[in-house]
Amino acid sequence: MFRRTTLIASATVLTLATGCGAADMTRQASPFANARGAKTVTLSVQSWVGAQANVAVAQYLLEHELGYRVDTVQVDEIPAWDALSQGRVDALLEDWGHPEQEQRYVKEKKTVTRGGDLGVTGHIGWYVPTYFAKKHPDVTHWKNLNKYADEFRTAESGGKGQLMDGSPSYVTNDKALVKNLGLDYKVVFAGSEAAQITQIKQFAKEKKPFLTYWYSPQWLFQKVPMTEVKLPPHKEGCDADPAKVACAYPHTPLQKYLNTDFAEKGGAAAAFLKNFRWTTEDQNEVSLMIAEQRLSPETAAKKWAERHESTWRAWLPPRKA
Amino acid sequence: MATLTAIPVRTLPTALLRSRPAVKLATLALIAAVLVPLAHARWSSGTWPDALTVDLTGPLTSTSDWIIDNRDSHPLFLYFFGHVSNAVVLSVRAVYLALLTLGWAGVTALGAFLAWRAAGPRLALGTATAFLACGLLGMWVPTMQTLALMVVAVLASVAVGGLLGLAAGLSARMDRLLRPVLDTMQVLPAFAYLLPVVLVFGIGVPAAVLATVVYAAPPMARLTALGLRGADRGVLEAVESLGATARQRLLTARIPLARKELLLGVNQTIMMALSMAVIASVIGAGGLGDRVYQALASVDVGAALAAGIPIVLLAVVLDRVTGAAGADGTAPSGRWLWPFALGATAAVAVAGPLTDRTDWPDAWTVNIAEPVNRAVDWMTAHLYSGVPVIGGTADWAARFTTWVLDPLRDGLQWLPWWSVLLIVAALAWLIGTWRTTLTAVLAMAAIGVLGVWEPSLDTLSQVLAAVAVTLVLGVATGVAAARNHRVERLLRPVLDVCQTMPQFVYLIPVVALAGVGRAPAVAAAVVYALPAVVRITSQGLRQVDAAALESARSLGATGGQQLRQVQLPLARRSLLLAVNQGVVLVLAVVIIGGLVGGGALGYDVVFGLAQGDLATGLVAGAAIVCLGLTLDRVTQPTDRRTTKGA
Repeated sequence: MFRRTTLIASATVLTLATGCGAADMTRQASPFANARGAKTVTLSVQSWVGAQANVAVAQYLLEHELGYRVDTVQVDEIPAWDALSQGRVDALLEDWGHPEQEQRYVKEKKTVTRGGDLGVTGHIGWYVPTYFAKKHPDVTHWKNLNKYADEFRTAESGGKGQLMDGSPSYVTNDKALVKNLGLDYKVVFAGSEAAQITQIKQFAKEKKPFLTYWYSPQWLFQKVPMTEVKLPPHKEGCDADPAKVACAYPHTPLQKYLNTDFAEKGGAAAAFLKNFRWTTEDQNEVSLMIAEQRLSPETAAKKWAERHESTWRAWLPPRKA
Repeated sequence: MATLTAIPVRTLPTALLRSRPAVKLATLALIAAVLVPLAHARWSSGTWPDALTVDLTGPLTSTSDWIIDNRDSHPLFLYFFGHVSNAVVLSVRAVYLALLTLGWAGVTALGAFLAWRAAGPRLALGTATAFLACGLLGMWVPTMQTLALMVVAVLASVAVGGLLGLAAGLSARMDRLLRPVLDTMQVLPAFAYLLPVVLVFGIGVPAAVLATVVYAAPPMARLTALGLRGADRGVLEAVESLGATARQRLLTARIPLARKELLLGVNQTIMMALSMAVIASVIGAGGLGDRVYQALASVDVGAALAAGIPIVLLAVVLDRVTGAAGADGTAPSGRWLWPFALGATAAVAVAGPLTDRTDWPDAWTVNIAEPVNRAVDWMTAHLYSGVPVIGGTADWAARFTTWVLDPLRDGLQWLPWWSVLLIVAALAWLIGTWRTTLTAVLAMAAIGVLGVWEPSLDTLSQVLAAVAVTLVLGVATGVAAARNHRVERLLRPVLDVCQTMPQFVYLIPVVALAGVGRAPAVAAAVVYALPAVVRITSQGLRQVDAAALESARSLGATGGQQLRQVQLPLARRSLLLAVNQGVVLVLAVVIIGGLVGGGALGYDVVFGLAQGDLATGLVAGAAIVCLGLTLDRVTQPTDRRTTKGA
């Protein structure tokens, strides 16, 4: 009896393996896509609110103007590239520059296609709250940071000043920077953007001094005004060796990327996502509604769309007669 | 075991020989006396010596690159993993489409009907209410996505676990072979599986389902084996004497006799799969977990809660229904009723698609996010700092970090590496056998070999602190619950919620109260591990022999004396189990700690996932596993037989 089952099992495996042929690993749509005949677009959302704002507006317009169903999946940037390549998501709307991934997926495998500029320029830096910078104007130059290390001390940073970093998915050279610039600081990783924002708000409520890794565009600047600390200026290639970095972060025009197959056959949705291009102010407007007024992303997107019809009309592909 | 330990110590005084712990310690001292000077001379003391580490960065990175480069073309992926992945996607899709077609009314009616058949009218009503609540919270579609994922994952886990359990139940050799494997799988924190699975399958549903199966199959396997082994000998002999073949014996006697264990296995599998469904949102599983995770990105506790409540409801309903199905004699009375009920269900299920009203009506939703957020804001604004006399939570957290976590971490990191191994050996041996000791020491040494000694000790210090707090609070609450029925009744729903609420929901409140750092990480771990400790303690105390308690009372012992001198000593085994479960559960949320500034291994695993960095993530994950094994063996009562998440 046992032998017979083995025989049947191996036969089944064989037929399964040969009968079905090869599985296409680059067309792995989500099982929740295209349910009941609706055309679905799957967008990846990253953990920061700006990315949520892009997706919310794209989703709103795709659903209400073009008649698509939109699924969203929260993925960090690098896994999102992978998901794009496999077709699990169709588009990534805000990429902060990943040359390695670009080389691999866009140039070599050609499974991912460029979707053009988002229209927003991103910049990472070190920030102190403006209320503190006004009292101590010299804190905004890195050379004076050691003088203030005591003020920035927390239980977590021990005897040193605390430089708060964010989510592990973010690009950061801060450990190397602290070391190479000879700063008396300890990098404390908040571990997630949610934790970092919560902590910044708590500090701001008490008007406490703090030093944090932060980035723009970001809605939090409207709630907690922050002033950037000058680091040694950025030059092309100065951050090539991660261990020797001693310069500021670059300004990055944020990019969109699409799954190649989707870009070619995605019809109106793909055309729309390629046209999608707005400004920092637009993005912040939506972000602030989501994060601060705590509107649902959908409501926030709706409000923005009502106020800026001329902006998004231009993104819609021409309708076929 | 006795013979083994006795050989090297035969020359010791006989008085010492009689005391087992002393023998063990003496043996250990002897071994240490020989090995430590050698190790010290060769590699010096202090932190783990570089000479004894293996750097896996190179091979791991190239493995990861190879997989990514060949995933679309290599036959292994095209003809095997690709089909597995497609099969998962197809089945989840099929279930999801079926649920959508049934519509909200159909699904609710069907759920209520199944619950009524399995567990009676009360649970049927509860099930219907739970489904409607999911809709009211505006979470109908994500709930259906999670449900579809769960159905497939649970079926697969039950199949895999059942087969393994069948093998272990029928063959003693398979049982011996599988036992350590299952033991280990149960100590592994779920996050450790995610990275390798993601690498092979990519982000998304297939990876999530497979990770869930790895996590949820062991209890099924264990309970199936237990049920098959425990079958009544008399019945089996009777069946055999009737001339039944081996297969007939299995199908007609052993499996039906093990029904109770099998159903308990299904119940455990469902609970574990559901807790994994949330964790899997990190790798793009979609559904409710994803909603929780997305809400947190905009620091919106209310929205996270709105997605978290359906998870709790699903968990409670599934637990009670499958639990009742496993218990005997709950078949509903009124058999004549059920054809009518079936008819009614079918009518509702067909009515939805026919009238095209399957989507949950948008107007019927309640927004709970706003009031919840207001409550959280109020709480954090008033408790964070400046509370008179006792100080705010931020001050407490800072003090806890400075006075408890820092010394503990620095102390552990200051200890010479060999002394850490010795301490582990001594503890493990005093409480267990030489086997468990060997596992514990080897696992601890593996951490050093992997080159993550320091962050691991940092994590260990957080775990120890969290376990200590959990035990103090948990045992105290457990004692209160055991002595007072009303307290227990009040606690039960609270514990249910704490245990099943996705841990991500705690993230923001915990940071808002304690700031970023290791203190909130400890707090999150305590919240998660507390329910199990409370439950085990109060159960253990309740099971203490009533006669012993009565005689103590008649001797005039006060309440406190009864507790200290009778109840607690007699419940010793339960208390040890509570310690063990506390450790395992605290370790399971180390990753969550990494998300709120806990740093160390938790951060590394999250980093690995976020950056697709196998070398960092997998090594840290392996270190967490080793730490889990060490702690489990060190706190393991020798005859433990429980399932994770008791």
